[in-house]
Amino acid sequence: MGIRFILMVNKQGQTRLAQYYEWLTLEERRALEGEIVRKCLARNDQQIRFELMFEFLCSYAGVLAGWLALNEQCSFVEHRNYKIVYRRYASLFFMVGVDDDENELAILEFIHLLVETMDKHFGNVCELDIMFHLEKAHFMLEEMVMNGCIVETSKANILSPIQLMDKAH
Amino acid sequence: MEQLKTIGRELAMGSQGGFGQSKEFLDLVKSIGEARSKAEEDRIVLSEIDILKRKLLEPDIPKRKMKEYIIRLVYIEMLGHDASFGYIHAVKMTHDDNLLLKRTGYLAVTLFLNEDHDLIILIVNTIQKDLRSDNYLVVCAALNAICRLINEETIPAVLPQVVDLLNHQKEAVRKKAIMALHRFHRKSPSSVSHLISNFRKRLCDNDPGVMGATLCPLFDLITEDVSSYKDLVSSFVSILKQVTERRLPKSYDYHQMPAPFIQIKLLKILALLGCGDKSASEIMSMVLGDLFRKCDSSTNIGNAILYECIRCISCIIPSPKLLEAAADAISKFLKSDSHNLKYMGIDGLGRLIKISPDIAEQHQLAVIDCLEDPDDTLKRKTFELLYKMTKSSNVEVIVDRMTDYMISINDNHYKTEIASRCVELAEQFAPSNQWFIQIMNKVFEHAGDLVNIKVAHNLMRLIAEGFGEDDDDADSKLRLSAVESHLQIMSEPKLPSLFLQVISWVLGEYGTADGKYSASYISGKLCDVADAYSSDETVKGYAVSALMKIYAFEIASGRKVDVLPECQSLIEELLASHSTDLQQRAYELQALLALDARAVESILPLDASCEDIEVDKDLSFLNGYIQQAIESGAQPYISERERSCMLETTDYHSQDHHEVPSHALRFEAYERPKPSSLPTQASTELVPVPEPSYYSEAHQPISTSSVSERESSEIKLRLDGVKQKWGRPSYQSSTSASSTPPQAANGTSSHPDVGVGSSSLKPRSSYESKKPEIDPEKQRLAASLFGGSSTSRSDRKSSSGGHKPAKGTASKPPKENPIPVQPPPDLLDFGEPTATSVTATDPFKELEGLMDSSSQDGGSTDVMGVLYSDAAPVTTTTSVDSLLSELSDSSKGNPGTYQSQTSKGPNSKEALEKDALVRQMGVNPTSQNPTLFKDLLG
Repeated sequence: MGIRFILMVNKQGQTRLAQYYEWLTLEERRALEGEIVRKCLARNDQQIRFELMFEFLCSYAGVLAGWLALNEQCSFVEHRNYKIVYRRYASLFFMVGVDDDENELAILEFIHLLVETMDKHFGNVCELDIMFHLEKAHFMLEEMVMNGCIVETSKANILSPIQLMDKAH
Repeated sequence: MEQLKTIGRELAMGSQGGFGQSKEFLDLVKSIGEARSKAEEDRIVLSEIDILKRKLLEPDIPKRKMKEYIIRLVYIEMLGHDASFGYIHAVKMTHDDNLLLKRTGYLAVTLFLNEDHDLIILIVNTIQKDLRSDNYLVVCAALNAICRLINEETIPAVLPQVVDLLNHQKEAVRKKAIMALHRFHRKSPSSVSHLISNFRKRLCDNDPGVMGATLCPLFDLITEDVSSYKDLVSSFVSILKQVTERRLPKSYDYHQMPAPFIQIKLLKILALLGCGDKSASEIMSMVLGDLFRKCDSSTNIGNAILYECIRCISCIIPSPKLLEAAADAISKFLKSDSHNLKYMGIDGLGRLIKISPDIAEQHQLAVIDCLEDPDDTLKRKTFELLYKMTKSSNVEVIVDRMTDYMISINDNHYKTEIASRCVELAEQFAPSNQWFIQIMNKVFEHAGDLVNIKVAHNLMRLIAEGFGEDDDDADSKLRLSAVESHLQIMSEPKLPSLFLQVISWVLGEYGTADGKYSASYISGKLCDVADAYSSDETVKGYAVSALMKIYAFEIASGRKVDVLPECQSLIEELLASHSTDLQQRAYELQALLALDARAVESILPLDASCEDIEVDKDLSFLNGYIQQAIESGAQPYISERERSCMLETTDYHSQDHHEVPSHALRFEAYERPKPSSLPTQASTELVPVPEPSYYSEAHQPISTSSVSERESSEIKLRLDGVKQKWGRPSYQSSTSASSTPPQAANGTSSHPDVGVGSSSLKPRSSYESKKPEIDPEKQRLAASLFGGSSTSRSDRKSSSGGHKPAKGTASKPPKENPIPVQPPPDLLDFGEPTATSVTATDPFKELEGLMDSSSQDGGSTDVMGVLYSDAAPVTTTTSVDSLLSELSDSSKGNPGTYQSQTSKGPNSKEALEKDALVRQMGVNPTSQNPTLFKDLLG
């Protein structure tokens, strides 16, 4: 099926956006998110020391500037039957749960494309942009991913329905 | 810092206009954002739930306000709380005319509801209406909802409209309609089976977005049925070519790469289509070669495409050139500093190794680096690779590493996986039984609760059966080593239940067998186990049975048994146990202690766990007796099933005839409860049948008495096809042979290799020698993994050489067992009955080969005689496999015992037999056949 879920979680482990492409009950989601976040955050502990410096920069420059190039570890974690591809932008983690036979590098770049798209719309997107415009972030995802498959990768095509709606208001 | 950021953002928000959000909403989001802990967040959400419950009850909520409430509900669910009280408002919002509100409504509904929720039915109508809308954005919103909410039953309600939309003038609508069909196909393939051609049509859509989306359903369809889409190979290739030549609009570029996600999807499809298809592979080889040349390996996305190419090549039948290109790409990945690329490289290596096994060798040090990397993900991936390249020459190193890693991790899911892999590899490639037992002990000790119970049974069986029936010396050595290792491990504080069962069993069977340990010592240990794990009834049961065996052996050998006081108290405790099983065991033990030596010996003979106990399920030995009884006038047995049918019919008739009022006394007996699992429909069927001749005499009495008493005799139970259990042997005569299980297939799984320890000395690869500064420890590891020369190998040689060769298997020629992974044909090729070479070989040639080799070890010429007499029926199967099993089968002369051996899980035993035999015969495989060893170790 490809993509099973997309999560955005901040570094305190609080969910900022969650989209599942298969049905899980509230309890299952809660448990899954807890486990995944713990795993990914623990892996990132080694990089904590860079954090202060970056956070200061990122709070003004937006999350795109905060992508840590100094990646000491794989951006992939196995969890139960999922493989989680995650990428950190400043205080936000983007996590995508995929099937075992998905191309992890491509998913990693898909996350970046998503962030670039949001950046294009919000301008230096940050955690609060997503929080204040949760539905817009979801609309973008709806354009990009359907049935767990990546269906649209052109930023113009992704954003045009959202811009049209904005104009109407 | 956090606050500073928030303030900054708030300012920025002001300049953006804030989407007209109310202060209330902003405050909520802010407070959630500033929550310092999960508890604080929960508090905020709970109070928010209260507020919303109240507010949603207010009349005439302005729409804009309502939209905010809906988003607040989304927040509540996202943060893990139930917002079902507000679902209906989200459903209502989907009816709204305003596009933004409608889309928000749909979004909330798709997030809240699963496809089987009751509220969905309220939305289907709205969706139908929206699909007809003039505003294409409304149509898109409805199609989005369809992809999430429509289940199998509601598909027909929207299907015709969705099909119409496939030709909509807006590409966005066509794209989403295709995805809706895709979803229908997943939910219920039959509902859209007549619409499959639309997917092909949309592949040629002139909008690249629609074409790209169509690849998703096509990928699924091709996965299910490759052969019907072979005609599309050249289309996919030409699309891929056009994409790489930048014919798509610039907006699809990502980091200067033209439409990379479409390229990747196309490569996945090509991999499916080219799998095992030479001509398809040739068509795509050109474009794959171009991709390797063109792809920019300095960006992540370029590498993602390269990796997909590697995967594609590992699936299709590649040209040598492509293989080389893939190998180059992998070596670039492995040499990179990025962990992600290393990971992809290891993965690619694991895929490519299947078609070109020697590729791993040049990367051995990189692989070792990854294995020792602190990054867990990389380590696991590398273990996966090692698992794929395990063979008997490196199994010890790999499994040792795996068990060490298994011990070090806590994640049960992964621990189970690693443990089962260890077991699998150990069973398949074990160089010696001692080693196998050691590994199993380790696995049981640390992951005993996670492994399959079959593994424990296999281990017990291995210990019981040993090498072969003739070499008692080696067997008892093996058992002694098992007993010793178990006695040692027993002192560990907390052991898994399954492992304790194995330990108890082994101690019971073989604890005193060697005379090294006294009965009182072993029984004391067993009592300790029962004591320490008193809550585990299974373990206690095993322990008591073991005690019983120990005492039985003592009594049988004429020694006086003095039951230890703690044993006595254990028995007394169990006599009063709540578990009937334990009680029974305790009573049996008590009774056994009172018997004399002769009786005890026949109850529990020494080392008889492998003896076959034949159970004649059909009780055919009673036939004579029954025959006699019937002749003297007894009624034959009627099976329960038949009986219940008859009762039913009598019942039916009785009701039919005298309509008993329900409150009156009933004079008939109550009907027998019918077994619920019976297919009553079929068995109660009453049809007039011509009386079967074989049935008439014997069964006449019953049929007259029960069925045809009231009715005329033309209605009869239909009994043809019902197997007769007792009485005269029926037409479905069951012979006593049916009690033995069907012949276990010999050699269906992959087999271990020959000559484990004595591997050839390989010159070190140039890669290795060029880097003298590398840690010698690492080099040693690399060598042992990849088959170079090293000290660890010679260690292994001496250790595995320690066990005695088996005599019992001499009738099995050493070359009989196949070599697992290596496809290239060599001298030993004829002995490879696994799927790879079965069809290509002529069975008679094999027989000649076997004849030659088996005549070397002498004493088996009669076997060949047997074989040749058997050869005629065997050859009809044309499977080398069955020939070989026939050979070894007949050579044993006793099919029963042979079966019990082959059915024993571990192929390791065969490896051992072979291994031992090779050594016994003094055949040095290295000198005899150097190619084989190159294959094995390469």
